[in-house]
Amino acid sequence: MSTTTVQPPAEPAAPHRVSAGGIGPGQLLASVPEACRKLDPRVMAKNPVMFVVEVGAVLTTLSAVKDPSVFAWVITAWLWLTTVFANLAEAVAEGRGKAQADTLRRTRTDTVARRLTDWRPGATGVAEQEVAAATLTLGDHVVVEAGQVVPGDGDVVEGVASVDESAITGESAPVIRESGGDRSAVTGGTKVLSDRIVVKITSRPGETFIDRMIALVEGAARQKTPNEIALNILLASLTVVFLIAVVTLQPFAIFAGAGQSIVVLAALVVALIPTTIGALLSAIGIAGMDRLVQRNVLAMSGRAVEAAGDVNTLLLDKTGTITLGNRQAAQFLPVGAVGDGELAAAAHLSSLADETPEGRSIVVLAQERYGVRGDGSADGGEFVPFTAQTRMSGVDLPSADGGRQVRKGAAASVAAWVAEHGGATGTQVTDIVARVSAAGGTPLVVAERRGGTARVLGVIHLKDVVKPGMRERFDELRRMGIKTVMITGDNPLTAKAIAEEAGVDDFLAEATPEDKMALIKKEQEGGKLVAMTGDGTNDAPALAQADVGVAMNTGTSAAKEAGNMVDLDSDPTKLIEIVEIGKQLLITRGALTTFSIANDVAKYFAIIPAMFASAYPGLDRLNVMGLHSPASAITSAIIFNALIIVVLIPLALRGVRYRPASAAALLNRNIWVYGAGGLVLPFAGIKLIDLVVQFIPGLR
Amino acid sequence: MNDTLAGWLQVLALIAVLAASYRPLGDYLAHLLTTGKHLRAERFVYRLAGVDGDADQKWSVYLRGVLAFSAVSVVFLYGFLRLQHHLMLSLGFPGIGPGQSFNTAASFVTNTNWQSYSGESAMGHLVQMSGLAVQNFVSAAVGIAVVATLIRGFTRNRTDRVGNFWVDLTRVVWRLLLPLCVVFAIVFVASGMVENFHAVHTVTTIAGQHQGITGGPVASQEAVKELGTNGGGFYNANSAHPFENPNPFTNLVEIYLMLVIGFSLPRTFGAMVGDHRQGYAIVAVMGLIWAASVALITVNELHSVSSSAGHLAGGMMEGKEQRFGIWGSALFAASTTLTSTGAVNSFHDSFSPGGGGMTIFNMMLGEIAPGGTGSGLYGILILAVVAVFVAGLMVGRTPEYLGKKLGGREMKFASLYILTTPAIVLIGAGVAMSLPGERASMLNSGPHGFSEVLYAFTSAANNNGSAFAGIGVNTDWYNTALGLAMLFGRFLPMIFVLALAGSLAHQQPVPVTAGTLPTHRPQFVGLLTGVVLIVVGLTYFPALALGPLAEGLH
Amino acid sequence: MPSHLPPAVRTHLTALRMLLVFTVITGIAYPLLVTGVAQAAFRHQADGSPVERGGRVVGSSLLGEDFTLPGKDAGPDPKWFQPRPSAGGYDPTASGASNLGPNSPVLIKAIKQRKAAVAAFDGVPESRVPADAVTASGSGLDPDISPAYAYEQVDRVARVRHLPAAEVHRLVAGHVRSRSLGFLGEPRVDVVDLNLALARLG
Repeated sequence: MSTTTVQPPAEPAAPHRVSAGGIGPGQLLASVPEACRKLDPRVMAKNPVMFVVEVGAVLTTLSAVKDPSVFAWVITAWLWLTTVFANLAEAVAEGRGKAQADTLRRTRTDTVARRLTDWRPGATGVAEQEVAAATLTLGDHVVVEAGQVVPGDGDVVEGVASVDESAITGESAPVIRESGGDRSAVTGGTKVLSDRIVVKITSRPGETFIDRMIALVEGAARQKTPNEIALNILLASLTVVFLIAVVTLQPFAIFAGAGQSIVVLAALVVALIPTTIGALLSAIGIAGMDRLVQRNVLAMSGRAVEAAGDVNTLLLDKTGTITLGNRQAAQFLPVGAVGDGELAAAAHLSSLADETPEGRSIVVLAQERYGVRGDGSADGGEFVPFTAQTRMSGVDLPSADGGRQVRKGAAASVAAWVAEHGGATGTQVTDIVARVSAAGGTPLVVAERRGGTARVLGVIHLKDVVKPGMRERFDELRRMGIKTVMITGDNPLTAKAIAEEAGVDDFLAEATPEDKMALIKKEQEGGKLVAMTGDGTNDAPALAQADVGVAMNTGTSAAKEAGNMVDLDSDPTKLIEIVEIGKQLLITRGALTTFSIANDVAKYFAIIPAMFASAYPGLDRLNVMGLHSPASAITSAIIFNALIIVVLIPLALRGVRYRPASAAALLNRNIWVYGAGGLVLPFAGIKLIDLVVQFIPGLR
Repeated sequence: MNDTLAGWLQVLALIAVLAASYRPLGDYLAHLLTTGKHLRAERFVYRLAGVDGDADQKWSVYLRGVLAFSAVSVVFLYGFLRLQHHLMLSLGFPGIGPGQSFNTAASFVTNTNWQSYSGESAMGHLVQMSGLAVQNFVSAAVGIAVVATLIRGFTRNRTDRVGNFWVDLTRVVWRLLLPLCVVFAIVFVASGMVENFHAVHTVTTIAGQHQGITGGPVASQEAVKELGTNGGGFYNANSAHPFENPNPFTNLVEIYLMLVIGFSLPRTFGAMVGDHRQGYAIVAVMGLIWAASVALITVNELHSVSSSAGHLAGGMMEGKEQRFGIWGSALFAASTTLTSTGAVNSFHDSFSPGGGGMTIFNMMLGEIAPGGTGSGLYGILILAVVAVFVAGLMVGRTPEYLGKKLGGREMKFASLYILTTPAIVLIGAGVAMSLPGERASMLNSGPHGFSEVLYAFTSAANNNGSAFAGIGVNTDWYNTALGLAMLFGRFLPMIFVLALAGSLAHQQPVPVTAGTLPTHRPQFVGLLTGVVLIVVGLTYFPALALGPLAEGLH
Repeated sequence: MPSHLPPAVRTHLTALRMLLVFTVITGIAYPLLVTGVAQAAFRHQADGSPVERGGRVVGSSLLGEDFTLPGKDAGPDPKWFQPRPSAGGYDPTASGASNLGPNSPVLIKAIKQRKAAVAAFDGVPESRVPADAVTASGSGLDPDISPAYAYEQVDRVARVRHLPAAEVHRLVAGHVRSRSLGFLGEPRVDVVDLNLALARLG
C-alpha cells in the first residue's frame, strides 16, 4: 500500500541541449571563415549599413594603394575588420544553430519503413513491404515495432507503444503514444521502445518535423520579421543622412581650407552610421530563435517570436498550467454527531486501495492531519473500485455483525446509495456539498453502512491545487500589461474560485473549443494579440487563430500544424517564458540601436577637431578627450567602432537583461544603461585606445 | 526697474498669455476640425468652388487637393508678380523678373516667405495684399489641414478617409485666421502701425533734408504674417521697420501671434485623440526647446559672447533696434526661427556666433518648437513616432503610439520625412559652396560667410524665410535653387505625412496596457527632447562646426 | 464642375476657383475692411504718425531722420541730437541693416571710427559712448537712441545752441520714454520728437 506523501511534481527542468551561456573565443574563431565568406557584396547588400562600410573599405583600400601611408593602411584594415566583425556576429549566431541542426540530422538515419499496402482499421494480416523512409507519402500506413525507428511524422492509428523521443526533446524518459485521443502523434526519427503501432504518415518526404526543425535552427528559413524590417528602414535612412552629411562636408571643408582625404571621409561615415546595431541586428534575431530552441521550443517563424513579445492576452489551460494535474483532499467535513477522527478513519479506509491521485491524497491527509494510523489495512476487506456507473468507490469489510461498507463518491450517487439502504441525507450534507462546490472544490461524500442502515459521515473537500508561485507570475504578467485568462472545463463556480486563488485576471468556464475560438476572436477584434497553448485536434482552429499558438509536442499533428510554435517539453507554463523571450528580443534591438546612435556623440568629438583644428584652431577645444593627434584620434574612433561590435556579440546573442516590469520602468532602466552608457562609454574607450595607438609610428 | 527684471517680466508675460490661450484656442481648433456643421458663408464658398463639403477623402485624394491648390497658387502668384506693372496700385514698380518671381511665388506658397526682393522698392500695394498676403492665409491653413489628417490618422480606425481638404482649408481661413487677423490688425493700427494706400510721399525733414515716407496696407498684412508664421515683411527691414513694428508692445504682440497657434495645436491634438495629457507632453517638449533657445540667444547677446565687434561697441546692438533692446530682439529671434516665421526685428547676421548659431540650429530642428502653423505639430509628431519606435522597442513590444502600431510602412514614411530636409539643406549648401560664383555672394568672409550660405538653405528647406541677410541671393542660381529647396522642403514632407496619416487611419487600434510605453509622462518629454536634439545635432554637427562653432571658438 | 474632365484637371480647376474666392476674401475684402476701420478710427497712426512743424509735415515720429549738415558727406550737424548710425542713411525706401558679422573686420573698423568720432564730436571720453551710438540699427530707420546717448549729447547741443545745459538736460529728461507698460522693451528717446521740441525751444 502506498504511503508516499503526495507532493507537487517538481517543475520539469528545462533540458538544455546547447548551453545557453555566452560564447567562447573558440566559437568566434571558428566562425571567422564563414564571416569572411559573407564579405561577398551580394550578401552584404542585404544589410545597407554594413554595405556602406564595405564600400568605404574598398574606397580606402584604393586610396591607400594610390597614396600609401601608415594612417591610410591602418584605417583600411580596421574598416575591413569592421565588416568582418559584423559578419562574425551573424556567423556565430548561425553557427550555434548549425550545431543544433547537426544533432538533429544524426537522428535522421536512413530508416527502412515497413509500409502496409492496404491497411484498414481492425484489419489483420495486412501485407507489408519494405520501402525507404524517404519514399513515404501522405496517407501511407507503416507498422513500427519495438526497437525500430519511426520512419516519418504521423498519427498512431492502431496500438499503443512507449516511444523514446529524446532525439527531439532531449528528454530521456519514454512517452506513451496511442491511437485515438490527443497522444497519437509520433515524430519521424523517434524510437519505439515497446509494443507495436501502426502509424499513418502525415507529412511529405523532406517536410517532416525534423526537416523543418533543421531548416529553422540553421536559419535557412529565416526571413526578416516585420519589426526588423521597420528598424532596418530607420537605420538605412540614418545611414543616408550621415552619408549626405559627410559627402557635403567636403565642399564646406574646402572652403575652410581643410579639404579632407577619402580615407578620413570614409572613416567619418563609418563612425557615424549605426554600425553597431547594423552589425548585430540579424544576429539578435537568430539568437532570439536560438534562445527558444534552448528552452525546447521551436518557433516556426521569427514573426511568431516577435508577436510573443506583443501578446496582450494569455489563454492558459487550467489543468497542468495553473493547477497541478490532480485534485487533492484538503479537508474532512463531518456531519451531525460524527467526529473528525471518525470521518477521517472511514475516508482513509475507503481510500487505502484507491490508487488514483485523489485517493492517495485522502490517505495522506487522514494520516498527517488527522492522525489516522498509517499501518491500518483493510484486513480481508474487498475494494470496490470506481466505475462510471456507480460513480463511487469504497471498501466492504466482513465482520461479525454483518459487515461494514464504506463508500465515497459524488454526492448524488452516495445519497442514492444511502437512501437505498434505508438512510437519509440531511440538509446539512447538501449545504456542505454546495459550499464546497461554491468554493471551487469537489465534494466527495463519505457514507457507511453498518448492519442494515447506511448513514452519511461527512464530506471530503477535494481541491484543485494551484501550482506554487503562479500568483506571483500572474502579478508579473499584469505588470507587463498582459491579461491572463484561465480556460477550464469546470463549471463557472469552480472556475471562479480557482481563478481567484491563482490570481488570473479572467476565466472561461465550461470551455468548448468553439468558446475558445470565440474568445480569441473577441480579444483580437479589440486589437489584442492572443497567445495560447493546445494539444488536441479540436484545439487546432484556435491555435491557428491565435497570434502565438504553442502546440504541445505530445499533441496531435493537427495541433502542431496549426500552431506557430511547438513546445518539445509539452509544458504549458512555458508560454510565459516565450513571451519574455519575445520581449527580450525587441528590447535588445532597441537598446543596441540607442547605444549605437548615442556613440556618435563621442566620435564627433574625436573626429571633427581632428579634421578641422588645422584650419580653425579654436575647434581644438572640442577635443575634450585630449587625443594625441588627428591621425590617432580618427584611428581610435574607428578601432573603437569596430571593437564594440565584437564586445557586444555576446550581449546580442544572450539578449539584454529582462525583468518583468512596467513599460515606464523598463524604459528608464534601458535609457540609462544603453542611452547614457552609450553616450559616456565611447569617450573612455576612444581615449584608452588613443593612449595605445599614439605609439604607432606614423600616427603621431 | 532694472534691465534683467524687465527682460524676465517680458518673457514671463509672453508665456502667461500663451498659456492662457492654450486651452480656448486649442479646443476651438479641435472643434472646427471635427464638427460636421458648415457655416452659411462656408457653404457659399463650397458652391462657388464646386466642392462637396460633406465628402470624406482618401489620403491620396486629399494630397492631390493640397498639391493642386499649391501648384495653382504658385502659377497664379508667379503671373501676378510678372505682370504687376499692368495692375493698379503698382506704385510704378516694374514686373518682377522670372527668377525672382518663381522664387517669391514658391516662397509664399510654401509658407517660407524668403524674400530676395526688397518690399518697399519692388512690390506694389496690390501684389502685396492680393497676391502675397493671400498666400499668408492659405499656406498657413494648408499646414493646419495637413496636421489635421495626421491627427485623424491616430483617431480614426479601419478607414481610408482622412478628411476633406477644401473644408479644412476653408474653415481654418474663415473661422480661425480671418477673425483673429481682423482683431489684431486693428490693435496694431491703434498701436501705431500704418494702414493706408499711399504711395511714397516726400517730405522735408526737420533738418531740411528730403525723406520719402512709404505707405501701404501694412497692419492687415502684419497680423497674418505673424499669425500664419509666414514672416514676409511688407518692407525690407521686416519687423525691425518702425512702420511694421512701432513699439515694444506691438513687438510682444507679434511674437505672441507667431507662437500662439503653434503652441495651442498640441491642445487640439490632445482634444482630438481624447487625452489632453498627450497634448501637454508635446507642448512641454516644444516649450522646453523654445525656453532653452530664448535663454541661450539672450545670454549670448547680452554678454557679446565671442564677438569682437560687440565687445568693442559695448553691446550687441548692431542690427538691433533701440526700442526692443537685446531682450526683445533675442526673444523675437528665437521665436521666429523656431516657428518657421522668419520675420525679423533684428538682423541675425550681426548676432554673436552663439546667438546666430542658435538661430540656424533652431531651424535645423525642423521647425517644431512650436513650428509653423500645422507643420510644427506634424514635424514633432513625426519625431515622436521615431522616438516611440526606438523607445517602444526598449520596453519589449512592437512600438505603438496612441494605439497605432509603428511597423515598416509607418517607419518608411517617418524616415523619409526626417531624411528630406537635411538632404535638401546639406546638398543645397554643398552645391553652393562648390560653385565659385555662388560663394562670392557672401558678404562676410571665413566661417561667417559659410554660415550665410548654410543659413540660406536651412531657412529655405525648413520654410523659415529669415536670413543671414548679408548674402546676395537675387541671382538666377540662388532664386532657382532656393525656390526648389522651399518647394521640396514643404511638399515632400507633406506627402509623407499624408501617407502616414492614411496608413495610421487604416489600422485597428491596439489597446493600452501596462506594457504600453506611456507617451504623456515627463519621461517621454525628456525622451522626445533628447531624440530631437541628438538626431538634429548629429546630422548637422560637421556643418555647424565649420560655421558658427569655428567662429565662436576662435 | 464638368464631370467629363479627368480628375486631375478637375482638382486643379477646383483649386483655382478656391484660390480666387480666397483672393477676394482675404486679399481684397479683408485689407479694405481693416483700412476702413483704421482710417475711420485711428487715422493718425494709420497714416504713419506724422509730425508737423509749422503746419507742415516734417516726417514721422516713427522714422528716424538724418541730422547732418547740408551737402554730400558732410558731418553731423552739431545743433541737433544725433540718431544712431544707419546702414541706409535714413531712407525709408531702402530700409535695412549692415548685416556685418559679429567679428567682421569691416564692422570692427567702423565701430572704432564711430566711437572716436562721437567722442570727439561730443567732447566726451570714448568710454562714455554707448553701444547704440556706434552700431547701425536693424531697420536703418531707428528713431530712438538710448537715454545715455541723449544725455551724452546734451552739453554739445547746449553749447552750440547757446542754451543752458540744464534746460537741454530737462528737455531730454522730458522725452525719455520708459519701457512700455513698465517692462516691455528698453527706455529710449525719440530723436525726431526731441529735435522737434528742441527746435521749438529755439
